[in-house]
Amino acid sequence: MANFTKATSIYDWLNQRLAIEKVEKVLGSEYWIPKNINFLWAMGMILVVTFVLLLVSGIFLLMYYQPNVDTAFDSVNFTIMREVGYGWLWRHVHGVAASVVFLIIYIHMFTGIYYGSYKKGREMIWISGMLLFVAFSAEAFSGYMLPWGQMSYWAGMVITNLFAGGSLHADGLVEWIRGDYVPAQAFLTRFFMLHVLLVPLAIIGLIGLHFGALRIPHVNNLDGEEIDFEAESKKYLAGDKAGSKVIRFSNDFMSKDMMVVGFYLVFFFYLVFYHYGFAMDPVNFDPADGLKTPAHIYPEWYFLWSYEILRPFSTDIGLMAFAFSQVIFVALPFLDRSPNAVPASRRGLFKYWFWAMLIDMIALTAMGKLPPEGAFSTIGFVAAVVFIGLWIALPIITYFEKKV
Amino acid sequence: MKELFILGVVTVFTLVTYYLVEPFAHHTLHKHVESEAFAYNDLSAITKVGDAARGEELVMGAGACTGCHSINAVGISAPMDAVSSAAAYGVNPPDLSNAGVVYDEKFLNALIKNPAHALAVEHKFDANIGEMHPMIPFYGAGGDIDQEVADMVTYLQSISVSSEDLTPAMAFENACGRCHGLKYNQWTQIGNKGSFKHKRDELSFDIQVLDYKDSLKAYMGKLPPDLSMYIRSRGEHYISTFVENPQNYFEGTSMPRVGVSADTAEKVIEYLKDAGDTKRDEREETGKYVMIYIIIFAIFSVLWKKQVWRDLH
Amino acid sequence: MFANILISEINMNDNSRRGFMGKAFGGVAAVGAVASLFAMKRSWDPLPSVKAAGFTTLDMLGYKENELVTEKWRGKPIFVLKYTEEMLEAMDEAQKPRVITVGEASYLVTLGLCTHLGCIPSYEKEDKSFACACHGGTYDIVGNVTKSPPPRALDIPPFTIKGNTLVLGEVGPEWLKMKENGLTL
Repeated sequence: MANFTKATSIYDWLNQRLAIEKVEKVLGSEYWIPKNINFLWAMGMILVVTFVLLLVSGIFLLMYYQPNVDTAFDSVNFTIMREVGYGWLWRHVHGVAASVVFLIIYIHMFTGIYYGSYKKGREMIWISGMLLFVAFSAEAFSGYMLPWGQMSYWAGMVITNLFAGGSLHADGLVEWIRGDYVPAQAFLTRFFMLHVLLVPLAIIGLIGLHFGALRIPHVNNLDGEEIDFEAESKKYLAGDKAGSKVIRFSNDFMSKDMMVVGFYLVFFFYLVFYHYGFAMDPVNFDPADGLKTPAHIYPEWYFLWSYEILRPFSTDIGLMAFAFSQVIFVALPFLDRSPNAVPASRRGLFKYWFWAMLIDMIALTAMGKLPPEGAFSTIGFVAAVVFIGLWIALPIITYFEKKV
Repeated sequence: MKELFILGVVTVFTLVTYYLVEPFAHHTLHKHVESEAFAYNDLSAITKVGDAARGEELVMGAGACTGCHSINAVGISAPMDAVSSAAAYGVNPPDLSNAGVVYDEKFLNALIKNPAHALAVEHKFDANIGEMHPMIPFYGAGGDIDQEVADMVTYLQSISVSSEDLTPAMAFENACGRCHGLKYNQWTQIGNKGSFKHKRDELSFDIQVLDYKDSLKAYMGKLPPDLSMYIRSRGEHYISTFVENPQNYFEGTSMPRVGVSADTAEKVIEYLKDAGDTKRDEREETGKYVMIYIIIFAIFSVLWKKQVWRDLH
Repeated sequence: MFANILISEINMNDNSRRGFMGKAFGGVAAVGAVASLFAMKRSWDPLPSVKAAGFTTLDMLGYKENELVTEKWRGKPIFVLKYTEEMLEAMDEAQKPRVITVGEASYLVTLGLCTHLGCIPSYEKEDKSFACACHGGTYDIVGNVTKSPPPRALDIPPFTIKGNTLVLGEVGPEWLKMKENGLTL
């Protein structure tokens, strides 16, 4: 039994019971972050802020949304958009944040790839991050079903059809996932459950894992330098703040993060009020109709690159290529054979690999939306082959990379 | 400086991706139709000066308009209710009280002489093989047909409300609302649904709507869609150019060219905005304040960072 | 209290037994977890009412020649097209086995979903073919693929012929023969 004394203040009272002073040190003032970083290191905080925006707006949407095939569309477009006070605001914030969160995730991912932040003990950070990417994808997809518009319905139809596994014809599995022969009531309610409960729970758990995975290897820095955090933090605490290579998480790192967040929010709210169209596909403002396919079916922009990998091949090869593209990023720390954990610019062929991958994924993204005809079809096919080729080349080019 | 360069790189890649998946893809996926500002260039203009008094005689007499159409403004009611009219003609013929302001003058001129041509549905109603449009062409009352039609159009214009008094709802209901429902405004093809004290009255109204829709479906080939969210699903430009001439987008569609004037089209768009983008003014207004606030937020975040980092450099 | 004593007894007396009991307890817990997974899997299954709604009867006398009618079966579109004499005469040997004859007349009856990724193809009355707008696949008058990506002809739903009607969802001998010949899934 611990020794409790009469508290001298509320802070002291809480401190005796919850050790808040220690918690604050561990999580904030004595959680050490390298000083040698740039604004790209703030993407994590931006993601946290965006996730909170999604959570809060989602809670208010949940108050009036009805997961019923007959009323879902009207509960969103009439009740929430017309009747609920500021309902339109929650919806636009939710829709725009759901799209922008993927932009930030991609920037966050490519920052990690560029600076080698998945190596030397940071593998679990990368893997938990990729699991978060999968969870966010599931969250985005299930959420896209809920307004029950034409794109909701047909995206649901096409994506669940993927589980038939091409020539395996696992139609039973597809029907099991849908709870019906086609997307219908059972389908909508279960995706509603996934969207508002199961997947968010998984995301929150994975965020905990992602943050936890950072503690032992520490945050990477611009030069991939291995910092003696013990010694540097002593230096800082001794008063040599300018000379130390580390900074406190709060408020040093936090203040820089919040500055980037400040700029980001200007961009974000500009999109919410004046440029929301990209995040809310017009086709989804037509109610779901199982007997009428939209002229063009395409997923939201952040899924286009993997959709395009599926498309140019015959069904079975396409599915295999698609499955490959979904899991291969997780294996990045093990496919990169080089011992160097430095920025890509100092890493021989990997430098070219990085930019080729980025440009290839943008090409795939663009072709994924365009109709698969003529030149677009060819570019899409080439880009898909290049994507697979780049991953096959990765272990080879990094194996021969010179140690710096 | 290096940080600004990196920001530039991130921005360029983001914008290129945005350009490719939004403006460029949309340009490739969707046909772009330029508006002709409701000029109806293929129809000929009225050359004669119309006389409203003679026009009235023709409308009531030899023109036989009131055989099918009501003109509520001068106390002439329809020979049949909406549901029976639809059963007879496929669709309820419009009330002519405000036809003179809702529809374009050139269009009315052409419509009276040759409905299928003015409505751009000759692919559906080919008089040569006996497929007649339900509206019978006016073959003239013995005099100069151009003069007679000009008189009728002038009469219709004389009894209409002024274009300032034509509300968006009136424009929509007359030009679009006999085929298209708009349930977010309680509008059905046979009028406003309103509220009912007794469930059975409501059900009997619903049955009338269903009967009307059945006739309409048989006439049009498919039930014309509800337009509640069209301003979001199609957008202003598409709706405007579609209404101008549906054949622009779907060759062979059974939707007729409605022949509204440019002013009426604007009002219809406004009506659709009120239905599907009701809070647009609130969005603009709130947007301004949020942007001002968030810029102040950003300024303070910079100031705080500067203060915290003063000792760290 | 009693449990505490018991556990400390075991701890003191027999370490290997504690290890064994721990594993045994883990095993019992795993059985429960697996059993509950079965219940969870069953909860995701389509409901009996959904399965029961899986039969549709079509009156085949009501169709007009060369006019595509889209019926509904299990929420999916079903194409029904009554062939004209000319169409039947123009068919080759690869096309004929897919024709369904009910009474006097012959029909195309297929799922109206592209076998590529499930979009609804549209019927081109002039060309007498089907074109899918999603990924550009085309089918001929009996639903055979004439342009990829579709991997196979339009599927023919399980059917049985009863007089002048066709019952979709019930397996009849004609359909079984088609399936055995690999004409449909």
